[in-house]
Amino acid sequence: MVMAAMVGSERMIQLHNVSKIYNVGGQEVRALDRASLTINDGEFVSIVGPSGSGKSTLMNIIGCLDVADSGEYILDSQPIEQYSESELAHIRNRKIGFIFQGFNLLSRLTAEENVELPLIYQRVGSAERRERVAEALKWVELYERRKHKPTELSGGQQQRVAIARALVTRPSLLLADEPTGNLDSKTGDEIMRLFHELHRRGNTIVLITHDIDVANQAERRVHILDGRVQEEAS
Amino acid sequence: MIIQSIKMAMEAISSNKIRSFLTMLGIIIGVIALIVLVSLVGSASDSITDQVNSLGSNLLYVSITDDKGIPMKLDEIEKIALDKEFSAMAPMGQLTAIAQNGHADEVATVYGTTPSYSDIRGLDVDYGRFLRTTDVENSSYVAVLSQDAATELFGKTNIVGERVSLDGRSFLVVGVLAEDTSFMSMMSNRIAAYIPYTVATRMSDSLSGVSTIYASSSNPNSMDGAEEVLNSIMMKRLKGDEDAFSIINQSTIMDAMGSITDILSLLLGGIAAISLLVGGIGIMNIMLVSVTERTKEIGIRKAIGADRSSIMMQFLIEALVISLMGCAIGIVLSWFIIQLATMAADGVVTFTISGGVVGVAVAFSVAIGVVFGIYPAYKAAKKHPIEALRYEG
Repeated sequence: MVMAAMVGSERMIQLHNVSKIYNVGGQEVRALDRASLTINDGEFVSIVGPSGSGKSTLMNIIGCLDVADSGEYILDSQPIEQYSESELAHIRNRKIGFIFQGFNLLSRLTAEENVELPLIYQRVGSAERRERVAEALKWVELYERRKHKPTELSGGQQQRVAIARALVTRPSLLLADEPTGNLDSKTGDEIMRLFHELHRRGNTIVLITHDIDVANQAERRVHILDGRVQEEAS
Repeated sequence: MIIQSIKMAMEAISSNKIRSFLTMLGIIIGVIALIVLVSLVGSASDSITDQVNSLGSNLLYVSITDDKGIPMKLDEIEKIALDKEFSAMAPMGQLTAIAQNGHADEVATVYGTTPSYSDIRGLDVDYGRFLRTTDVENSSYVAVLSQDAATELFGKTNIVGERVSLDGRSFLVVGVLAEDTSFMSMMSNRIAAYIPYTVATRMSDSLSGVSTIYASSSNPNSMDGAEEVLNSIMMKRLKGDEDAFSIINQSTIMDAMGSITDILSLLLGGIAAISLLVGGIGIMNIMLVSVTERTKEIGIRKAIGADRSSIMMQFLIEALVISLMGCAIGIVLSWFIIQLATMAADGVVTFTISGGVVGVAVAFSVAIGVVFGIYPAYKAAKKHPIEALRYEG
């Protein structure tokens, strides 16, 4: 199955004293202040915090969209250092499956082509691509709608396509940023059920949200405030 | 990856058809201008060259501008013609006359010459005969008409035995030439009459001395010997004044024409290339707009693992596809235009597209796609993934 648990390091994410400083209008803003966090393989963790708390910065660093100014980050036993942008792109491509609030599907492409995209960047052959895309779309129950463009799909369906796109590379980590934020509560619940199913199948999931109800569905909650990480005993 | 990039480019281009087409239009027009102009000049010059060659590649042409007060006589030319370097030589005196047959009249170009002229210029006679030596010796009032002169004045081609009036003097028509469809003939009067040189001198005072001589060398491969002999004879005859005459040989004319058409091709090709360049700037303009519009797309692609080179490749190939599609359309349209031009030329010139200029057009289009695509592609590739993802257009 696509979502078979990655058997590997016990620790999927290790952040140690990670800081990120932005320079806004000549003033230093500590978006992350010596944040430390460990997430184990197969865990379902939510990161909760109000806007401006630094959770987006944390997500960007965990998601290898950005690198820390100081501190240590090890993802799936690979230290993420001052890699070049292209090397980070390769790491994102192979290890991380992103799920965004705004779905972020390419509107010109069909559902199928959207799901296929990360595999193209992995240079997977076309026969295998077709097979894996079909598998992922079947899992989110949208195989019948594979030829539809995002605009022809409902919000919930679009998010399911996005989940299929995240899963199709069999990533080490699923990183979801407010995945239910643009959906009504009923559809949001459906999406959350998919996350639970993925967790049950052994996927490591990090869910970033400001919604306590959503956050509470995770196995473990991590709070972030003013750039500081505060673990909550589960 | 290249195949995928081409597929992506096609999707992007077809998602905005009108804009893509308008962008291509610059390239299409540039390619058409390049191919059509260069092909027209090339084909025209080829056909002129062919016809000049068919006149005989051993033609020499002497023009005397100053006879030092002693008119050149016919028998002088006959003496010169005896030299073994020459196979034939003929004087040529040209005048304009009103040709009349009953009420029909036309302005005709009258050539006063000798029988050799027909051999030198390779004239074909359809009916009757060309001038004879006896016609010249006896100053007979006989004329050989061009086919156009016959049809214009008599309404038919076989008019041997009829009489035609040239400037009021009555001539017996002894021959009619074959129709001349050559490109060269379009540049001269098609109403022409050939009469004995001795008769022509009576019609115009200016022809009392020969000022134009046509000669063909006996060596078909080289005119150098003949030209040398002619030169020394003329120098002696004209008191060593080398400005009193000029000798032009066929290859000089060909060389001159070759360099003219080369310059013309280069000039027109250059203008066409400028329009291609403008087309390229259009591509760059649209690609820059497209990169900005698609910032979010770039962010998404980067988030799911596209590296800089993939993004760069995608946009570069898109620019290339636009310019190459434009080029292909331009080539096809050029072909149609050339066919139309050939039809319009009505058999006088057959226009063809030279493979070389198509090659140049394709190479130019590729170069333009790359040169004008690379900066927008670089801009796209350089976008930071987080900022690009945040972009709401």
